[in-house]
Amino acid sequence: MINSKTTFWGYRRENGRVGVRNHVIILPVDDLSNAAAEAVAHSIPGAMAIPHPYGRLQFGADLDLHFRTLIGAGSNPNVAAVVVICIEEGWAKRVVDGIAKTGKPVTGFGIELHGDHNTIMRASKVAKEYVQWASELQRVECPISDLWVSTKCGESDTTSGCGSNPTVGSAFDKMEPLGITMCFGETTEITGGENIVADRCATPEVRKQFMAMFDRYQAVVEKNKVDDLSDSQPTKGNIAGGLTTIEEKALGNIQKIGKKCKVIGVLDKAEEPTKPGLWFMDSSSAAAEMVTLCAASGFVVHLFPTGQGNVIGNPIIPVVKLTANPRTVRTMSEHVDYDCSGLLQREKNLDQTGDELIDVMLRTCNGRLTSAEALGHREFVMTRLYESA
Amino acid sequence: MIHLLVHDKQDTVGVAVIEGIIAGQEMTGWVMEDDSTITVTAKSDIPIGHKAAIRDIKSGDTIIKYGFDIGKAVADIHVGEHAHVHNIKTKRW
Repeated sequence: MINSKTTFWGYRRENGRVGVRNHVIILPVDDLSNAAAEAVAHSIPGAMAIPHPYGRLQFGADLDLHFRTLIGAGSNPNVAAVVVICIEEGWAKRVVDGIAKTGKPVTGFGIELHGDHNTIMRASKVAKEYVQWASELQRVECPISDLWVSTKCGESDTTSGCGSNPTVGSAFDKMEPLGITMCFGETTEITGGENIVADRCATPEVRKQFMAMFDRYQAVVEKNKVDDLSDSQPTKGNIAGGLTTIEEKALGNIQKIGKKCKVIGVLDKAEEPTKPGLWFMDSSSAAAEMVTLCAASGFVVHLFPTGQGNVIGNPIIPVVKLTANPRTVRTMSEHVDYDCSGLLQREKNLDQTGDELIDVMLRTCNGRLTSAEALGHREFVMTRLYESA
Repeated sequence: MIHLLVHDKQDTVGVAVIEGIIAGQEMTGWVMEDDSTITVTAKSDIPIGHKAAIRDIKSGDTIIKYGFDIGKAVADIHVGEHAHVHNIKTKRW
């Protein structure tokens, strides 16, 4: 049982936020810089490159989101220090300046006029200094209210709605009164349950903002769909797992926000919340995109219920996976951090599984590697809003 | 042994929560809302995670799960039959 006196061991950063990991990352601003970033991480094994396929000729709101995601990832308190690499020095500086506002060490490098070899050498020297510096940082005991926890489910099936999602909901109901900052999202996956979420909004203003985000995304689906989104929402995996319609999937999905939590505000993609409580983030339901946005918004640990067995991880934040599907536990146990299948046989109740999930989450925060971390899953996927110029 | 899980008393479908349910098998359903149990005979094989009708449903009827509307029947579904994409469709999109 957690209460207001519960603590965990984390890294308190220069800006006061608390991380549960101590990464030194090599962050490419664009696709062209992946090779150099990965070469630096190869030469300095304590550093981690975060390659991704975008960053060229984006513009407007899509470019803003690109920068917000990179700066947010670098600013995340799970990150001790950052080396930024970009083909052009100007955009490296833009990301460096954004991350530097946290007070953490960050240096940027441009490849043009230097080439890969020289950039890799210069960046490796800084990365080595950062890794050695970070290795001396110590975990300190922190109040539970310093924790930021996000959630999103994946490869859902009907057992998600019966067991693993309500287990997250039970945990959220227990955490909310303790001043923990939390978020959920997956805008299209609320379809059929939007009124339930709207009724949970703390104020009429938040309700209006939530419904505006929901309606906007519905319009995108209506404009671009060719049929009823068969095989996309629900996915083939969802359907194989027994989910039949988006409404059924949504009603299962929103079990994650528990029975009591109020939605205190809405966030744009990769936007940082400003106070404790439960936030809704307008986001895709694609697992790696959503978890990457959570990392960019500053969340430090993620609860990921799955039915059929999604294997996702993230380079910045530990992804704690739970399932209530006994077949998934049997066939994919290496991916399961917490088995709550006992719920479906009435062997356990949600109060117990909520407590047990929080226990696994706190052990993870204190340093235990998740299955995804141990298996090397580092999916970092940027959300795009439209075509590049 | 629980074979079927039913969220709400109003629900017209239940979820198979064990592997290997076959046609003709008697299924015990647990109604979570009031912690009661029901008995339904499977009329089809029901894979784990898939739904069985727990009452007779007519084509066009709204399917209720969690106590809410999850779509409409596009064929008659008899109690104990497999209820999925072949006989239920979304009302959205």
